[in-house]
Parts: sequence; structure tokens; C-alpha cells
Amino acid sequence: MDFRDIEPLTTFRRALSAPELTRRQFVKLTALAGTGLTLGVVLPGCSSKPGGTASGGLVMPFVHIDPDDTVTMICKQLEAGQGVWTGLPAIVAEELDAAWSQMRVLDAPAKVPMYGNLAFNPKGLIQGTGGSTSVANSWMQLRRAGATARAMLVAAAARRWKVAAGEITVRNGVVSHQASGRTASFGALAGDAAQVSVPSRVKLKDPSQFTLIGRKHLPRLDARAKSYGKERYAIDVMLPGMMTAVVLRPRRFGEKVASFDASKAKAHPGVVDVVEIPSGVAVVAQDTWSAWKGRDLLKVDWDEAGAEKRGTAQLLEYFRGLAASRDALTAVARGDVEAALEHAHKRIEADFEFPYLAHAPMETLTAVCRLSPDHCEIWAGCQFQTIDQANAAKATGLKPHQVAINTLAAGGTFGRRANFESDYIVEVASIAKATGGRYPVRLIWTRQDDIEHGRYRPLNLHRIAAGLGPEGKVAFSQRVVGQSIMAGAPWGAPRGVDPTAVEGNAGDEYDLENVRITWSDPKVGIPVLWWRSVGHSHMAFSKEVIIDELAEAAGKDPVAFRLALLGTHPRQAAVLELAAEKAGWDRPFPLGKGRGRGVAVHKSFNSVVAQVAEVTVSGNTITVDRVVCAVDCGIAVTPGVIEAQMQSGIGYGLSAALWGAITLTDGRVDQSNFDNYRVVRINEMPKIEVYIVPSTDAPTGVGEPGTPPIAPAVANAVRAATGIRLRKLPFDLAAARREQKA
Amino acid sequence: MSIELTVNGQLHRLEVAPDTPLLWTLRDHLGLTGTKFGCGMSLCGACTVHVDGQPTRSCITPVAAVVGAHITTIEGLSTPAGRAVQQAWVDLNVPQCGYCQSGQIMSAAALLTTNPHPTDSDIDGAMAGNICRCATYVRIRKAIHRAAASLAASGAG
Repeated sequence: MDFRDIEPLTTFRRALSAPELTRRQFVKLTALAGTGLTLGVVLPGCSSKPGGTASGGLVMPFVHIDPDDTVTMICKQLEAGQGVWTGLPAIVAEELDAAWSQMRVLDAPAKVPMYGNLAFNPKGLIQGTGGSTSVANSWMQLRRAGATARAMLVAAAARRWKVAAGEITVRNGVVSHQASGRTASFGALAGDAAQVSVPSRVKLKDPSQFTLIGRKHLPRLDARAKSYGKERYAIDVMLPGMMTAVVLRPRRFGEKVASFDASKAKAHPGVVDVVEIPSGVAVVAQDTWSAWKGRDLLKVDWDEAGAEKRGTAQLLEYFRGLAASRDALTAVARGDVEAALEHAHKRIEADFEFPYLAHAPMETLTAVCRLSPDHCEIWAGCQFQTIDQANAAKATGLKPHQVAINTLAAGGTFGRRANFESDYIVEVASIAKATGGRYPVRLIWTRQDDIEHGRYRPLNLHRIAAGLGPEGKVAFSQRVVGQSIMAGAPWGAPRGVDPTAVEGNAGDEYDLENVRITWSDPKVGIPVLWWRSVGHSHMAFSKEVIIDELAEAAGKDPVAFRLALLGTHPRQAAVLELAAEKAGWDRPFPLGKGRGRGVAVHKSFNSVVAQVAEVTVSGNTITVDRVVCAVDCGIAVTPGVIEAQMQSGIGYGLSAALWGAITLTDGRVDQSNFDNYRVVRINEMPKIEVYIVPSTDAPTGVGEPGTPPIAPAVANAVRAATGIRLRKLPFDLAAARREQKA
Repeated sequence: MSIELTVNGQLHRLEVAPDTPLLWTLRDHLGLTGTKFGCGMSLCGACTVHVDGQPTRSCITPVAAVVGAHITTIEGLSTPAGRAVQQAWVDLNVPQCGYCQSGQIMSAAALLTTNPHPTDSDIDGAMAGNICRCATYVRIRKAIHRAAASLAASGAG
């Protein structure tokens, strides 16, 4: 996700930003708002005194310290496996000098601007997680939060011991005065610290003083609960009297309920209600199985008037027509690309195709809603709290401040849970509304619902003409045809090119004098959404495959050829060199027996990742044996999490490269579950080595940047192994062989 | 219909339709939510439990088929292999989103019970039915080897 270019319209801002929350939350959570700690926004009613707890602790927006020595970090970002429950508390604990064993995490309520994502909107008007921004946008905020709490503990100790604050040290959760030999735990000082004025300025550590940040092994705070079946996801929420709902939705996007017959469904034991909601017909039952059985008995007639009835083949025909048309906007234009292509001594023209992709997180979309006449409470793995709050309010006829959101750990998301329509949140709220709030409702999507009713990575066609001119100069012309994701934003479609459609293009990533990137926005009734790495998921592929073809045409080594084009991109060059070195790129790779090696480098979300993939091709089967991955993500806050995210991004990208495709026939999705939407399993996971570039720059993201390079690195390796160029995803080696012959 | 079910050593009497999958019986009727729903078709392994010690996909197992059997869920996993696997999972930071991990652990614990020294290919064979979309597979493999080593060292393997 990329929200840098977003400035919400005034109306939207007004709807979302009213500081509406309960008095109790307000007192608890706004205590530091005047200090500049929370975005520098001063909220009404805030004093310079921090809050205290009834039990005598210290309560601040991002840090709670309890008398039992527990330090709780209030987490504004969704934990969906990317490690924010470890990386973010590490930042707080570092500046606080807390012991890692005393750290805990609590999810923040939905509340802006206090818990807004500063990367989405600098004023904090949108709370949400995405775009690999969690650590980057929290870095200074949480360092200051930790340092402030530390200063207050020190001030409390100085007052109690009647010594100068400057003589007090804090280490590993213990506050000490060396000269007198006095020590105190955080908990023993927390009550007094709550009486201290919040300092207006605090000194942050020099990175050379970091002890937790950068530690190679830091236990994940959620590892134990998740290894003992104790982590509570939305699907695990059990409320007294709660009913379970499933929704029957149309088989084509754009269809609506014309009429339905619920008599058989209602007669099924356990079924409590059958209600129409905007997305379909919901069956509500006492338990999940009864709800499913009831849904099977529903008869619905669909109004097809607004249906998207085209299949993938027809859509691609339409896209090809657009690629050949002048109906496009220009994203990047430098030099004279026509002249450069005309004078090129080698010229490559190629079309690339990328399918729709479903996110398929392990936990399907699930949410719980409890509704009363003036209050709506939601439990979900919310990724877009502010937008979910506004949409739930609209669905229930309430005001956003009457909607409380309990964010829970999500069983994966990869972008799916952050969508402008809040599809699954609106469904559960609509069911609660339609059933009069008589009982709390839990909505569960089946896997078939998840695959068939997704919001997909957009289908894309790239048409590229590239040329090799004198002195190895590259000319690059690319037409991107793919639906706009940002067109669905509640603040309106982007003016001009949707930046997420063309992000990470060759013009931005390489030193090219003659380059033009244009974009056509096809009109298709299939909902699209960011899918782990968004536009980079396709833009990196065609760029890195074409660059490889140009290197081959020039008779140059693929790494050396790229380095020559990265003169003004030193981070990319350094990361590429590190990956090449660790992979032993300078040593000849034993080709033959179907073995091949390929490389790709790509910058996304302000991080740079290079990967060298080694493959074995047997018949038309591609096996990825080993991946050497280098990453520059600024200061490595939690190296273990970074390594895990690189492995994770590679596994996710590999699933899409080898098998992932959502295809349509007559507008209906052909796939339905993991049998026909295949993903990488343990026996298909390559060996992976991860190397992190040492850095003193502020940290950048790691949730997504591991994904874009893997598909092109594998395609380039397959080329080396077989001589076949793969330009369509997912890879179909048999088809590519046939095309190359023809 | 009234059904008797032995879960984690406890006998339960339940009113439940006999075709109800064991998964939803555990989750909705017994409140044992550690076992997860992922696909409903035995394709992903998130719902794996032990039925008389055998790893079993509870999402396609009708509850009527396991009457009289001993069912173990993640909440009741207490064999030496199970404990070693869980400790290795914690020590090596295996979980990411964590949603599939109950199923992964139940499969791994069953593997180590019958094969205390699995090779990589044994691990592939036993674990290929368990999908992890976070792709924690590298650490899952490492953790199974580590659990095997700790079991061997404690003499329990």
C-alpha cells in the first residue's frame, strides 16, 4: 500500500477525525498528547500530567507500567504475522531500558489521531496497517514514548531518594543510584512516576548504545500463545448468546439479490434467522455447521443486470486492445525513447501477463459484532480501523464514535483485511442490524468464499519495447494495463496515474536516459486490492526479466549489467553486490542437468532486496533449490523478524510464481480452495539464506519487499537452465516452450 | 442426537448432529478454539488433532465417527514429543501469524512419536499436508530437528 499521495477530502476527514471516545479511554490514552509524543496534536482536555491506574501504575498512550513490573506497549498496528508485537515493543523497551521479559503488548482501540498511521497521513487521521510502514512510522514516536517513560521513572526515583536525576541509571528494568546503592524496579516507581510532569523534551539514545535493537535473537512475544493454541483470533471470540452467520453471495461480481426462498433453510435445525444484506443473503444459526447446512438449502434468484460476465481470455483481449491504443496516462517520461529505440542495435519487444491473485490468508475473513441501539462493538483482525469504523457506522446507522473496535491478532492478511469498503466488517454489522441486535453475531467466511469473493491483485498486461544502444545505454518503453486500486478510495480516485499501478518501474529504479512508462486503466467489474507488495508484485517482474534479456543481448553478466545502471542508486548496488557475493556469483555455476541460477534486485517500500535463485528444471517442473537474499531496511530493529519476513515474502511470491492464478469463465471465478489455488508447502520451500546490510539509517519496511524479486529471479534462473524465457505468470514452462518454437 | 466424546482425557456428553465435523464440535460445542478452521476439505491441515494418537483432519471427520476414540487437541497435548515440539517452536520463534501452528504442531508431534529421528524427507512427508501462508517452513523444519534432538537427549525419544 502506498498512501503517500493521499490527502483525504475535507468531508471524509470530518467524518473520521472527531476525537470521539469514552471518557475513560480519553483519560487513559491522551495523557501525553500535549508533549509532541503523539503527533504533536494537542487534544482538548489534556493536562501535562500522565494518567494513573486504579492499582497505582503509570498510564501513557503507548506505554503502561504496572506495579507488578509489567510494561505494556499499546500497539496501534495489526499483528498479522509480520512481527509488530515484537519489533514495536523492542523500540519502546530499548529507550525505556526495560528487560525484555517484562514486556507485553495490548492492541490499541480505534482512535485517531492518537493511533493513526503517520505514513498514511502525517496528521494521523487514518489508523491502519499496511505498506510495510509499521516500524518506519512508529520509530520516532515509540522511541520518544519509551524515553519519556524512562525520564519519568528517573524523576520519581530522584525525588524519592533525594538525589540528582543525573546520578541515576536504568538498566534491564532496574533503576539504580550507584553512590547510595539504592535500586528500585519499574513497578515500585510507577505510581510516583504518574505524579511527575511529563517532560517536554527527552534525550534519545545514540544508536551505538542500542542493546535490544539489533539483537540477533529476541523471543517473539506471541510465540508461546501461538504454540499452545492460546492466541485468540476473531474466529475464536465467544460471546454469551452469540450466533454464527455465513453469507450466500452471487457467483458473479455485480449481481444482486432479486428474490430468495428461505423456507428450507429456516426449517433446518439450529438455523435462527435468514436475512438479506447488501452483499447477499445471510444464514444465522446456533453453530457454524448448522449455518453452512442452512446456506446449502437457500434458493436465491440473482439480478444479473450489473454483472461482470467476461472471462479472463476476453479481458486479456480487451487489455491488449488498450495496450495498442493511445488511451493512457504517462507516469514517467525522460529523453526521447522513440529515437533511442530506433537507433538501438538490439531491440526486444514482449508482452507480460499477470493474473488476478487471491490473498488466501490462513484465517478466512471473520468478525464478531454486538449491536445495541446506540453502540456497535466489533471484534476482528482489523487492518483499517478508521475506515472500518466509518463503514460499520454507516451500515448500522450510528456515528463512528459509537463504533468500538477490538483489534485481535489476524491469521494473516497480506492486504486483504484493509479494503475501502470494509467488506466483511460491513457484512457482520449489516447482519447484526438486520437481526435487530438480538444477539451477538460471528460471521465466518469459508475458504470457498475467500477464493471466489476476493478483492484481487489486479490482472495486468505489460507491453514493453526495450533497446540496447551505444555504450550499453538502455531505452525502455512500457505500457501497463491494469485496474486502479486507489480508484476505490473514499476520498476519490487519484488525479492522473494511480501510483500503485506503476510503482517500482524501470524509470524509477534504474539510470535510464530514455524511458517512458504509460498506464491504461481498464474498466472491469472485478474488485481489486493491494496484495503483498501491490504494484511491485508485477512491475518488478517485467523490469527484472527485461533487464536480464538486455544483459544477455549485450553479452554481459547480469549482475555487472545491472550495476552499470545503478550509478545513482547506491543502496540497490550494495544490496545486489552482497547477494551476489554470498551466492558465490563470481564462481561459475554448474549448469546442466536442468540447473540454473538467476538474480533480481528491487526497491519497494523504501527497502531494497536482491535475491539469487538456484533452480532445477525437470521436464516442465521447476524446483527452487536455494535462494540467497540480501536486504537493506535501514537499522535492523529485530533481525530475526527481518529474516522471517524475507523467507515469508519469498514463500508467498513463489506460490504466485509457480501456481497462483484466479481465472474467470463467464465472470465466474474458476478456483475455490487450496486444491485449485495451490500454494507452497514445506516440501516446495527452498533453502534460504538472508543477509542484512548494516545501516545507520532509520528503519524501513520488511513485510512486503521480500516478495517482488523472487519471481523474476526464478524466471531468470529458468532461462539459464533451459533457454526458455518466462513472461507469463504463473509459470507454464510447457506453454512457454511451445510459444518459443512458434 | 446425544453423543459421548472423549477429548483430552475428559468425557463429554453433547447434543450435536452426527454429521457435524469434529472441528466444529470442538470449537462451537466444547469451546476448544485452539484447533483452527482453514479450508474445510482436508487440504490445509490447520484443523489437525490426534484421534487415538493418529494425526487426523478434524474438518472432514464426522463427530459420529470418533465416538469411543481418544481425541487430543492442542490444548491437551502433553506427550513428551508434544512438549518437545512446543518448546522448540517457542525457542526458535516459529510462529508468525500463528493461525496454522496448532495444526503444524499436532502433525509434528505425531511424526516424532512414530519416528524420533526424522530426516528432511521424512519431515516433508509428514508435514506437506499443513499449509503455512506466512511460509514459516524453514523454522518448522529446524524446530522438528531440535525437538528430536532434545527428546533424544532426555531419553524420552
